[in-house]
Amino acid sequence: MSATGLATAHSVVAPSSRSRKIAATLVILYAVISMVPLAWIFMTSFKTPPDSISYPPKIVFQPSLEGYCNLFTTRSRQTPEYIASLPPPAGVCDEVVRQRNMVIAGPSNYVPRFLNSLIIAFGSTFCAVALGTLAAYAFSRFKVPLADDLMFFILSTRFMPPIAVAIPIYLMYRELGLSDTKLGMIVLYTAVNVSLAVWLLKGFIDEIPREYEEAAMIDGYTRLQAFWKVVLPQATTGIAATAIFCLIFAWNEYAFALMLTSDTARTAPPSIATMLGRGGIEWSAIAAGSLGFLIPVVIVAFALRNYLLRGVTFGAIRQ
Amino acid sequence: MATIELKQVAKKFGNNWAVKPMDLTIADGEFVCLLGPSGCGKTTTLRMISGLEAVTEGAILLDRRDVTWRHPSDRDIAFVFQFYALYPHMSVRENIAFPLQAEGEKKENIDKRVAEVVDLLRIGHLLKARPSKLSGGDQQRVALARALVRRPAAFLMDEPLGALDAELRETMRAEIKQLHLAQHATTVYVTHDQVEAMAMSDRIVVMSAAEVQQIGSPAQVYYDPANLFVARFIGSPGMNLLKGRIDGERVQVSGAGNTVPIPASYRSALATTGGDVVAGFRPEAAAISGNGGSMGGEIYAVDMHGSYKLLHVSVGEGEGASIVHIRSDRMAPYTIGSPVRFDIDPDMVRFFDPKSERALGRGIASPAARNDSKREVGQ
Repeated sequence: MSATGLATAHSVVAPSSRSRKIAATLVILYAVISMVPLAWIFMTSFKTPPDSISYPPKIVFQPSLEGYCNLFTTRSRQTPEYIASLPPPAGVCDEVVRQRNMVIAGPSNYVPRFLNSLIIAFGSTFCAVALGTLAAYAFSRFKVPLADDLMFFILSTRFMPPIAVAIPIYLMYRELGLSDTKLGMIVLYTAVNVSLAVWLLKGFIDEIPREYEEAAMIDGYTRLQAFWKVVLPQATTGIAATAIFCLIFAWNEYAFALMLTSDTARTAPPSIATMLGRGGIEWSAIAAGSLGFLIPVVIVAFALRNYLLRGVTFGAIRQ
Repeated sequence: MATIELKQVAKKFGNNWAVKPMDLTIADGEFVCLLGPSGCGKTTTLRMISGLEAVTEGAILLDRRDVTWRHPSDRDIAFVFQFYALYPHMSVRENIAFPLQAEGEKKENIDKRVAEVVDLLRIGHLLKARPSKLSGGDQQRVALARALVRRPAAFLMDEPLGALDAELRETMRAEIKQLHLAQHATTVYVTHDQVEAMAMSDRIVVMSAAEVQQIGSPAQVYYDPANLFVARFIGSPGMNLLKGRIDGERVQVSGAGNTVPIPASYRSALATTGGDVVAGFRPEAAAISGNGGSMGGEIYAVDMHGSYKLLHVSVGEGEGASIVHIRSDRMAPYTIGSPVRFDIDPDMVRFFDPKSERALGRGIASPAARNDSKREVGQ
């Protein structure tokens, strides 16, 4: 640009190219910093146990599947003579394990606990979003007596951390036979999430003009049909966003899971944590387990990204 | 097609009347406008007919069938919203087919009827588009198609042209009128635009402050208003209304030298008043008359309307002073501040009681007021 400032036509309100560069740099820097722990976990999961605790940490190392083998199996130590007497190893893990003078005793409980996590997290998310959508619609459209007080009451369930009521819930669950059941965990996470769902979704549904439902009712549909065919499709953005929040909470929840589950309903987070301290800390197995634990949330967020990013469409109604 | 009857229908929100008890009978195939300023209860009335709003009192009969407590979905009526309310997640075709799917029509029947209505409105090229991609006029055509496709007993329209710009509004007004003539469908049309109401309706229901002010043909509400509100509200500008005293065969208005004639047919109707009266006449009832003329004043402003000029004339002084609007030739060289004198056509003068604000001797119809057909009355 020349000294007179007349060289190029440019907008005076749009951000200048310099400020845009600064912004881009900051965003990239933040992204890199956020990615470091993930990269660390990824690398650790492919290290051998000695490499995983070496100091300084090795950036370049010989990759190994030992972490994954340890994650999915239980093993027992044997004498070298016994191992030598065995037939040739049946698979990669067999071979890796034998190098440490061990044999595979059976599968670990990582897979069933991962499945528990999936069932409980998705089940509770579905319930919370379904209940939340219906409640939000009712608050948005009908004259609910004491609506404001009820909304405040719903919000007030989030005023303290849920774990603050851990003891009463523990006692209740023991009496009701809900301890260590998947149903119990789904109910609990639904109860925690439903307040968030109602509040988030009420905002989204308030934004959908009533004329759509009225038009649908005139067109020959009941209110429930109108809700299903006209309101829900337009609330997908809000429902997707709410579902992700609920899913992340239920998926990551640790304290209740540790306290209320032991075996049949134990979820992945406390399970991964208890890999600590069984004959030394198996960092590479923990890293492998954590990495697997990230996958479902990443997949869901990726699948819903279009709904999350798409602006709310009010195409046919001029505001 | 069907008749619509409102019997003492009223609506209260809390303690406030949104619509005071009203009676209205709409004939089969009639086009009725509910006209009034915003907040007068016209939209609430329409929503009560549709069933979207519950009545507080009264009964609504559709084709002599009491539908007061029926759900909107089984009243067999169509509703066109001001902002169209086209479902944004459906294509134009899906929007139009939506009411037929509710009836459980067979697919080939749906296709046939959609094709018919799409032909009628000439929107065949839009079928695959999403409503948000359409222009305002096309969105309104799709909304009309969705209403027409069901062949409902009656059409209810809530300011359907309100969101369009002026030029498009004229086009769509003609299209709706054409559709009504072709379909001969009973239609209730809500608008705050009196030009629209005059142009389209068989009858106009003028509403204000939750009350029906007058029900009549466009010519009746224009030439023979029931009260001062209607006289002011209909026409742009509204009727000139001047307070005065009866003095023999004329009404003395706005100070000395200004009089309005009393036609012979009105004399007995006016005899019962104490002498105070409001005289009203339309701008086109005045004829500018050189130096003679029963009224006169000073030109205060001149509006060019293209085919004519509208003069704002300041008449009288002091308490009786008022601005009178009169029409003049578009070529007339009137300048602000110059004096003007005019006569008033006795057939076009109307009288009102200043206390009750009601018209006096209404129905002593002038030739114009007897001319009720909408096909002949311009606005």
